[in-house]
Amino acid sequence: MTSNASAPAGPGRYKWIGKPVPRKEDAALLSGRAQFIDDIEPVANLKHAAILRSPHAHARILKIDASRARALPGVTGIVSGAEVAEITRPIPSVVKTAIAYYPIAVDKVRFVGEPVAVVVAEDRYIAEDALDLIEVAYEPLAAAVDPLRAMEEGAPLLHDELGSNVAHRRSFEYGEPDAAFDGAEHLFALDYRFPKYASTPIETFGVTAHYLPSPDRFTVWSNFQGPFVLHPLMARALGVPGNRLRLITPPASGGSFGIKQAVFTYITLLAAVSRILRQPVKWTEDRLEHLMASSSAADRVGRVEAAFKSGGELVGLRFNNICNMGAYVRAPEPASVYRMQATSNGCYGVRNIAIENILVVTNQMPTGLNRGFGGPQFFFALERMMDLAAKGLGIDPADLRRRNFIAKDSFPYLCPGGSLLDSGDYTKALDECLRLAGYPELKAKREQARKAGRLFGIGFAVGLEPSGSNMGYVSLAQTAEERALAEPKSGANSSATISMDPTGSVTVQLCSTPNGQGHATVAAQIVAERLGIEPDQVDVVTEIDTQTSAWSIASGNYANRFAAQVSGAVSMCADKVADKLKLIALEILECDVRDILLADGAAQIAGVPEKSIAVRKLAAAAHWNPVAMPERSEPGIHETVVFSPPTLTSVDDRDRVSSAVTYGSVFDLVALEIEPATGRVSVDKYVSLHDVGTMLNPLIVNGQIHGGFAHGFGCAMLEEIAYDANGNLLSGTFADYLCPTAADIPALTIGHLNAPSPMSELGCKGLGDGSSMLTPAAMANAVADALDMKEVELPLNLHRVWQMVQGQKPVPASALAPTEKKADAVVAPGPGVLSGEGETVIAADRETVWRTLLDPDELAAVIPGCEKLTEQGPDRYAASVTIGIAGIKGGYEVAIELKDKVAPESLRIVGRADGALGHGSAEGWVTLAPAGDGRTALSYRYNARVGGKVAAVGQRMLGAATRILINQFFNGLNRRLGGAGQRSGGGGPIGRLIAVLAALFGGGSR
Amino acid sequence: MRRIGGNERHRIELTVNGRSHAGEAEPRMLLSDFLRHRLGLYGTHVGCEHGVCGACTVIVDGRAVRSCTQYAIQAEGATIETVEGLADGERLNALQQAFHEHHGLQCGFCSAGILMSAVHFLKENPRPSEAAVRDMLSGHICRCTGYDGIVRAILDAAGTLKDQTKETIGE
Repeated sequence: MTSNASAPAGPGRYKWIGKPVPRKEDAALLSGRAQFIDDIEPVANLKHAAILRSPHAHARILKIDASRARALPGVTGIVSGAEVAEITRPIPSVVKTAIAYYPIAVDKVRFVGEPVAVVVAEDRYIAEDALDLIEVAYEPLAAAVDPLRAMEEGAPLLHDELGSNVAHRRSFEYGEPDAAFDGAEHLFALDYRFPKYASTPIETFGVTAHYLPSPDRFTVWSNFQGPFVLHPLMARALGVPGNRLRLITPPASGGSFGIKQAVFTYITLLAAVSRILRQPVKWTEDRLEHLMASSSAADRVGRVEAAFKSGGELVGLRFNNICNMGAYVRAPEPASVYRMQATSNGCYGVRNIAIENILVVTNQMPTGLNRGFGGPQFFFALERMMDLAAKGLGIDPADLRRRNFIAKDSFPYLCPGGSLLDSGDYTKALDECLRLAGYPELKAKREQARKAGRLFGIGFAVGLEPSGSNMGYVSLAQTAEERALAEPKSGANSSATISMDPTGSVTVQLCSTPNGQGHATVAAQIVAERLGIEPDQVDVVTEIDTQTSAWSIASGNYANRFAAQVSGAVSMCADKVADKLKLIALEILECDVRDILLADGAAQIAGVPEKSIAVRKLAAAAHWNPVAMPERSEPGIHETVVFSPPTLTSVDDRDRVSSAVTYGSVFDLVALEIEPATGRVSVDKYVSLHDVGTMLNPLIVNGQIHGGFAHGFGCAMLEEIAYDANGNLLSGTFADYLCPTAADIPALTIGHLNAPSPMSELGCKGLGDGSSMLTPAAMANAVADALDMKEVELPLNLHRVWQMVQGQKPVPASALAPTEKKADAVVAPGPGVLSGEGETVIAADRETVWRTLLDPDELAAVIPGCEKLTEQGPDRYAASVTIGIAGIKGGYEVAIELKDKVAPESLRIVGRADGALGHGSAEGWVTLAPAGDGRTALSYRYNARVGGKVAAVGQRMLGAATRILINQFFNGLNRRLGGAGQRSGGGGPIGRLIAVLAALFGGGSR
Repeated sequence: MRRIGGNERHRIELTVNGRSHAGEAEPRMLLSDFLRHRLGLYGTHVGCEHGVCGACTVIVDGRAVRSCTQYAIQAEGATIETVEGLADGERLNALQQAFHEHHGLQCGFCSAGILMSAVHFLKENPRPSEAAVRDMLSGHICRCTGYDGIVRAILDAAGTLKDQTKETIGE
């Protein structure tokens, strides 16, 4: 491949391809006219579903009593997991294990948010009301949350039938890694953790399922993004042949980044519900449901080792990948860990690589596609290692990479794992990146900053962007023997259909289910180019309807598939249409077919533009006058191309496979400074240089790079799906799961050095994921450089960086020891536990306060939202409390026990609460002391642990809600005791505890 | 103040984009749901229902508000502007056109709310700096664009876009 990587699609060659054409999608989207899934009600008499979800990380379902819910007016049906399991089959994954995955819990719940029952009602509000009326008896079980702890002997088992939480383990060797390590002069190793995060599209999941009997037939509208390899799995689960599961996507989809692959679980669930209830059912996911139970990237605990020769030559790599799959290995996982395997040399010429992949199940949300899919984790390991080794070897990190790059004249390059790299000039690209960044100046700046005692760092990350996935690569999860027993899998079918109606207008149908990437615009550019018409004359249908579209298993929007593959199918299909138009024109123009060109809306003889015939006339002839059609031509104009790149063969017997068709590359450099007092990271310079091959539309290319960068930056700095050690979700709102805003994203300099790909029809390479894969590693490298630290944990939020500045090693909350559940619900302080203390002065003497606090009637009057408080026995109370905060109302049953009572001085209170919005336990200590003038000083402290929905809404919201309730209680108490007290902390014992417990449950999502 | 029972539907009359509308809603019905499912104005989108993502932003009596954290009944008699009212017939207004030209949207789901916030913001700040625009946008989450095109579009619509080329579209 030529080193000067300018695209042949220059301004001179093409009229439309390669031009920054603004998008045809925009007008509808900007005017509020675009149709998203929640905007359509495609069936009459549609009912609305809400899903009851597990508040427990791990529990047995003992009993579900839906009788009260069923009786609620407007409820039209309720379906439990057991009922769904009766009429469906589990959905398999490529990893053959004893795990049975259903889209709803059957006898056990395995993560907070797992569906337990589905309510269907006349509207969504009623359906959600009914959720509160379903009573589920759970037997809570100890949870396995941290992947390393889950692997330990004696860890709680998620799937008893599996006998372990390790679902899969495979080792691979490419080349001779042991020999390479033995013969190397320098060895480096790095242990790391990569966090669990998710791309969180702003539009959530939406599904409308419609079942019709005799024979069973499902029609499901959803914002599913593919891959449609999941279609046969869904059909199988629902027990129908593929042609009786009709999937339809709407015209617009509000982002996905891979996540909407997981819509397939709800397609299956709602289809089953529709069948059981014989009602068409619509469901729209809410944000809390999305953050707790949709899908996420697989977090990883890993170790990477590297062997270098003395000159800095990288001769060996070892990867140990412990991948947290969440509660199930859910298709298409474990693809995330196998996606990068064939390319695990990165941009480097290293030939000896050892890999061990371990899949662990834990009590967390299952994983799936997410922007970069496996790339961010992989490049974090490899590129952290390169910066680390550069430091150890005393070689500039840019130079170390240069010394190891695959040479520009080696393409196509066969990687040890089997990937066939298409083109590139990595050295030149890196040099261009350094030039754009002003690398020498940045190094001088770092020098100066360090002299002044400031924390300034520079980080690199370079990598490949495998695009257009081989449907066969996931078979790496199977042994050669297992693969021999299965049908071989390879390729990546892409299709496009183009028709021209009798007036000459063009309709293109795509199989790429875009979620905002502008496929319609680019397809119109390509077709306009090929047919010599204007893009405005080309209508592009991006909706898939499996009953009418030319789809195949690879259809969908993932792995940068559009540019790498679909654009080629569109171009080839347009060529077929062009050929036909030329053939028809031939009869009229009477010339050699090779002399005909399509331009300006007409077929012309090259060089004789006055001899031409309008394209619309050719189209009319094809429809109106088939008798006169040239030989071998079918009447009408309707062409479909289905195409699969020939390089995408099956996994061979040595576990090698070319996992993708094009391999763009990304070269990132970041310089940043850390404020030691706060841990704040300020980016000084960020340059990202890309090789995307031929650019089809530079406006869209750079938009994708900006977007991918924002995802990578969010992962690096802010985003984390957090669990406590007991499996309670701590990040259920956008106030807790922090996405970067416009104020957080630093300026990005984008550069291009584009080497056209010989593997794709138009020379373009897939793009969009690249920066999401590299930015986390680059940011971590720069922070490591600034702090001169080896191990750096993401996300690099204020707290973590501050800890690192202090020389501490941050540990994620999920990796801490789980708290033991004792019978009397004593809660030990620690992460995830709400603790507090305070003092208040009450205008009554100690005995009066004591009596009031122990009198159920008195208390019921002052506790906010208390409907009933009854004495259950000596020092045992039960209360029904309804608390509404900001329009969010929930009812709770609170059980209280008083212990260690020393009248009228002190007592300890132990309580438990259960409600539709969550569960929890708390322990409080209260002391009363005389405060003079007949007043009493009441002091208290408490620890509370909450689970379910309420834990997910985060401490900041709970704290505010709690304060409001404390004030209410305090005012009520003082009114009751007839005096004005002075508050210095606020609260009282039982009521205080009830208020705290209730507050913890008050903050649901709706 | 009139008291309304929890399950009682109340007739709400309001003006949206210059047209009077009426619909019935229970007191607990959110304004976002009312606009979408009662009035059929699906251009306003719902992204989080807890007031953080900003997708549902509309202008109520001259103020940009989150329609997901307001009840429909609170908007009784109000004058509301939504994304459907921005274009002049088929013609995009200057702000919409700037979003189109600067690729300030990809999936377009968050755009309605961002546009409405920007309309309100530009009324108060006709010549904003980039920092001010970014500060305003911090009340919105866009997962597609990385905000670059959005910031440029708003600055361009305000006439304050400096030609500071941050990108080199190479070769």
